[in-house]
Amino acid sequence: MNASTKNLRHPLKRARGLGSSQYGVSHWWTQRLTAAGLVLLGIWLVITVLGLLRADYASARGGVGRPWNAILMIAFVVTAFWHAVLGLQVVVEDYVHTRWKEIALIVAIKFAAVLGALAGTLAVLRIALGV
Amino acid sequence: MTNAQRPLSPHLQIYRWQVQMVTSILHRATGIVLAFSTLFILWGLISLAAGEAAYDQFKRCAGSAIGIVVLVGWTWAFCYHLCNGVRHLVQDTGAGYTVTQFGRSSRQSIVGSVVLTLIVWGYVLFLGGVA
Repeated sequence: MNASTKNLRHPLKRARGLGSSQYGVSHWWTQRLTAAGLVLLGIWLVITVLGLLRADYASARGGVGRPWNAILMIAFVVTAFWHAVLGLQVVVEDYVHTRWKEIALIVAIKFAAVLGALAGTLAVLRIALGV
Repeated sequence: MTNAQRPLSPHLQIYRWQVQMVTSILHRATGIVLAFSTLFILWGLISLAAGEAAYDQFKRCAGSAIGIVVLVGWTWAFCYHLCNGVRHLVQDTGAGYTVTQFGRSSRQSIVGSVVLTLIVWGYVLFLGGVA
């Protein structure tokens, strides 16, 4: 009888937490969910920008500040940064092979994206609320 | 050494170029470019919130020769990532994986992105240019 047959511990017990199946599924699903959202929000953004292209400052500000436009603009900014983080994370994981550089880069991207989403949201709120 | 007899895994430059390689590489490249273009959208929103002088400066930069070239490039990157992203969402359902379907949908992504870019900038020209 060799050592492995005497081990009563289930192989799953050893594998748990060491292999995959940690964040992969939720990463994949959230990437698709934000992608589907950005299909709609992206088309809306292009049409809205084309509509405001020749507008003067006051009407451009008034246009973006209209309630539905402000809501969709904030939704676009948040979704775009979220989707960008998920995509850039995959790119970094594929090409950066030094573990600490990989982690540092992903953390930096996430910090920058959160700041970007907050800055965009604040800007839209200032436009909408007239402050 | 018998190593010379072993088949080697070919690297990128050895492969014959196929349209599905092009679409895959472009999807990632345009994704990275679009992640950075969010900063331009932020600039637009923040300048619109900041006041007329800041917004005018933003519009001057966007309407300059370099600005137009970058904007046309970004429009195409957006349209391509949109078309090919929808293609990927369809493929996520398990559809379109025969060799002929895969090649055809790849070509449709490329053609569709160019057509959409031409429609957007055709409309900009019809309006009388950027600002």
